[in-house]
Amino acid sequence: MTGLLQDIGFSRDLAVLIAKAAGVIVVAVFGLLWTLLGIWLERKWAARFQDRVGPNRVGPFGLIQTVADTVKILLKEDIMNKGVDRWVFNLAPILAVLAVTLIWAVVPFSAAWIGTDLNIGVFYLLAVGALGTVAVIMAGWSSNNKYALLSAYRAVAQLVSYEVPMVLALLVPVLLSGSMSTQEIVRQQHIWYVFAAPLTVLLFLISGQAEIGRGPFDLLEAESELVSGFHIEYSGMKFGMFYVAEFLHAFTVGVLTAILFLGGWRGPFAEDVAILGFFYLMIKSLFAYWVLVWVRMTLPRVRIDHLLDFNWKFLVPVGLANLLIVALVWKAIPGTDQISSFGDAVVPTLALLLVNVAMFLVIGALLADRGRRERARIEARVAGADLPVETVAGAGD
Amino acid sequence: MNLNEWIFIGLFFALGWALPATPIVLGKILAPKRPNQVKQQTYECGVEMVGSPWTQFRAQYYIFALVFLVFDVELVFLFPWALAYNQLGLFALFEMTVFIFLLVVALVYTWRKGALRWS
Repeated sequence: MTGLLQDIGFSRDLAVLIAKAAGVIVVAVFGLLWTLLGIWLERKWAARFQDRVGPNRVGPFGLIQTVADTVKILLKEDIMNKGVDRWVFNLAPILAVLAVTLIWAVVPFSAAWIGTDLNIGVFYLLAVGALGTVAVIMAGWSSNNKYALLSAYRAVAQLVSYEVPMVLALLVPVLLSGSMSTQEIVRQQHIWYVFAAPLTVLLFLISGQAEIGRGPFDLLEAESELVSGFHIEYSGMKFGMFYVAEFLHAFTVGVLTAILFLGGWRGPFAEDVAILGFFYLMIKSLFAYWVLVWVRMTLPRVRIDHLLDFNWKFLVPVGLANLLIVALVWKAIPGTDQISSFGDAVVPTLALLLVNVAMFLVIGALLADRGRRERARIEARVAGADLPVETVAGAGD
Repeated sequence: MNLNEWIFIGLFFALGWALPATPIVLGKILAPKRPNQVKQQTYECGVEMVGSPWTQFRAQYYIFALVFLVFDVELVFLFPWALAYNQLGLFALFEMTVFIFLLVVALVYTWRKGALRWS
């Protein structure tokens, strides 16, 4: 495209700039268009998990339900309550969407298609992803509403805490591939990292689920306690943008799982046919995303003290131990510094897989032991004080 | 560092605003606008607002934010190490083991201090 523009008579720099701008528009518009389909897909899945039919009125299989919803929400009055901080209030939904679409700039859609292959891609993901937290806090802070503010505080505690295990999980693919570029990480996965580091994948998915504030970790918008959380005062299209941001963020976690652990666009003939790679990436992302939706629809919401305990007293120590052990094993196996084919990767992957199984067993045993002791403690207190179980359960640290 | 790669990010940042802003502006134009006293009240499940929204909050939230800050800043140091790990010798591994051990000590300290306890 740059060449074409230069032929028409643009200077080289201007041609590059225009080509890049076109790339930006393609990537960002694709993200938003995909949302229209994705929300329908998620609602269908959610319906199936709850033994319902889901949207089925507008269009075949309810496919254009989201379009109808968009038109409806466009025509809704935008109510702004008294005392809001206008600037911050209006910027928050825009920033929420921007934070997610910016991530898509480094997503390698196929061997040839990538927005921009930053050499610090993984770092960029983290930096940009954190903007989403800022958007949530801005919304809660500026709303002039108790519940929204409370939700913003919870956001600080939750989103910020779960960032730590997420970073610890992200370090593992960086260590294994020796690169922070997303494209290079995909290229290095001669065997998908999910086989070499299943524990890391689990860490990433759990902390990712908490980062998007969904499933068992949806304390930010707990309907029964906080009415609806940080976006309670938002209506019309501004609320719509929060909805879009939430969906897109959730799907992006699926995409990142696919890129970092499931081999990204890798698959038969993906190197030569770009569209095939894109197809593989979407299939893998949808699978990872489906797992997230499954967890969301299955588990009940956790309490905030449990949420923070789970993070700081379980996920963070496990993440640190996991990182150290993976690093140790990686150094102990000879030849891991230059893996360039499937054959090179077999032995290290098998070794890491074995170590991971061992770690799973140890963690499981520790948890079972802890559970048994906790149970014995509660039963003893119930028997001793003649208390109902509910007053004692969960009172420990 | 190739600056060309960053032009894309810069453009993305510049154009990215437009995508969510367009529907919001469109909504502003299309949607009705009939504000009134009751409608503009702060929403508290239908009853009138009690007190000011600027209530006190638990200091615990602040402590968690502080703990996070310490951890996140230190975790950033792990990235260059992980990046260059394949080229580094045993010494780097030893060094990082000590570093992570220090992190663990910090975690145990905050835990023992009761900073991680909610109530």
